[in-house]
Amino acid sequence: MLVIIDYDAGNTYNVKKAFDYLKIPTTLTADPQQIKNCDGMILPGVGAFGPAMATLQERGLANLIKHEALAGKPLLGICLGMQMLFENSTEYGNHAGLGLIPGKVVAFPTETNYRVPQMGWNQNQLLQSKKDFDFLANEYTYFVHSYYVKCDLKYIVTAADYGVQVPALVRRQQIYGTQFHPEKSGAVGLRVLQTFAQKAVAK
Amino acid sequence: MLAKRIIPCLDVDQGRVKKGVNFLNLTDVGDPAEIAAEYQRQGADELVFLDITATNQRRKTMTEVVEQVSRQVFMPLTVGGGITSIAEIQALLKAGADKISLNSAAISNPSLITAGAKKFGNQCIVVAIDVKTDQASGKHFVYTHGGRQKTSFEAVEWAKRAVNLGAGELLITSMDQDGMKTGFAIDLYRKLGAAVDVPIIASGGAGNLQDFVDVFQQADVAGALAASVFHYRELTIAQVKESLKQAGVVIR
Repeated sequence: MLVIIDYDAGNTYNVKKAFDYLKIPTTLTADPQQIKNCDGMILPGVGAFGPAMATLQERGLANLIKHEALAGKPLLGICLGMQMLFENSTEYGNHAGLGLIPGKVVAFPTETNYRVPQMGWNQNQLLQSKKDFDFLANEYTYFVHSYYVKCDLKYIVTAADYGVQVPALVRRQQIYGTQFHPEKSGAVGLRVLQTFAQKAVAK
Repeated sequence: MLAKRIIPCLDVDQGRVKKGVNFLNLTDVGDPAEIAAEYQRQGADELVFLDITATNQRRKTMTEVVEQVSRQVFMPLTVGGGITSIAEIQALLKAGADKISLNSAAISNPSLITAGAKKFGNQCIVVAIDVKTDQASGKHFVYTHGGRQKTSFEAVEWAKRAVNLGAGELLITSMDQDGMKTGFAIDLYRKLGAAVDVPIIASGGAGNLQDFVDVFQQADVAGALAASVFHYRELTIAQVKESLKQAGVVIR
């Protein structure tokens, strides 16, 4: 069973609907026992970094997710959920993240003249072949964000160009993150969710 | 590169798509979920649902529509029409909407833009602006209540203010062009594009393939919205995208 971490994130229900459509069973929960017992965790997220991390901490979820992921449980962070996998963010102050992948979350540079937020379909460039996610090469997925991740290239599977290189799908061992919204990215997005689910259950 | 978006708009009345939609050979041509699914197959990048119901039951019905559509259509959904409160916004987002479009309420109660942006993020709040040109002065004035009421606001002035208040996107309909099928109001979008730095969606006037090419090549807009050309299948989304691609416009 996959667990979608329930902490009132904006896209939670749409993520659940996407898995329902794929007929992949998921439970929406904040219950520590269910999170401990599940095959894989999905961390959704929309909104600001600081308040979202604060909510995870208040509910005792931050340490639990971190502990489970470090013990080898598959984890998929989506959008803000992906950004929270990293060490810290400068969105309205300086906030610590889960620190599961080295890197930081920063604002788009103002000098590029690109409109912020980045809102729309951008193209994935495959930076490293991971076989399971090679289908994303040159595919467009849906992005909505004002901050982006800066991290070592070795964690970036696909990236999109928005004046800067925007990590689109990141991976460190069994920990995955998508800056785009797979639940809003049509057939290719659904395939991302399906691929993660297969890996989690096969593990 | 970010792709330009092609956005069909659906008018929903009491839970049913109202304008004739004749591209589907369906028994129930007015079903929003079926029509949305067909647009997804055609390659739409986003859908806008405009609630035109004028009854007290309206919000509940629209919430059900969004709930249904979002179970089988996986692209961004924007909902607008008569939304006046944070509670309504929240219910629609929970049902599956990604963005909420505010029009008349944004003018009468601008603090709703800010409250919505603070609670749900700027990316979630679209301010829709209906614009008509005053023939005598050439000024672009903002209209509300489905284009029935003229305001004293000029389009550029109100657009800037809406963005300062928290709007993450602007949906600009040219009432002069709307339904004319003679092309988008490119001058208007140029002016607005220079004035604000959030994405702008152009609406009103799409009649043929070249109209889409022109608006993307001549103005800095992120997307183009159309209703009738798609509903009546005068153009398919695939045709529009193919023609944009030929012209070198980045599309998905």
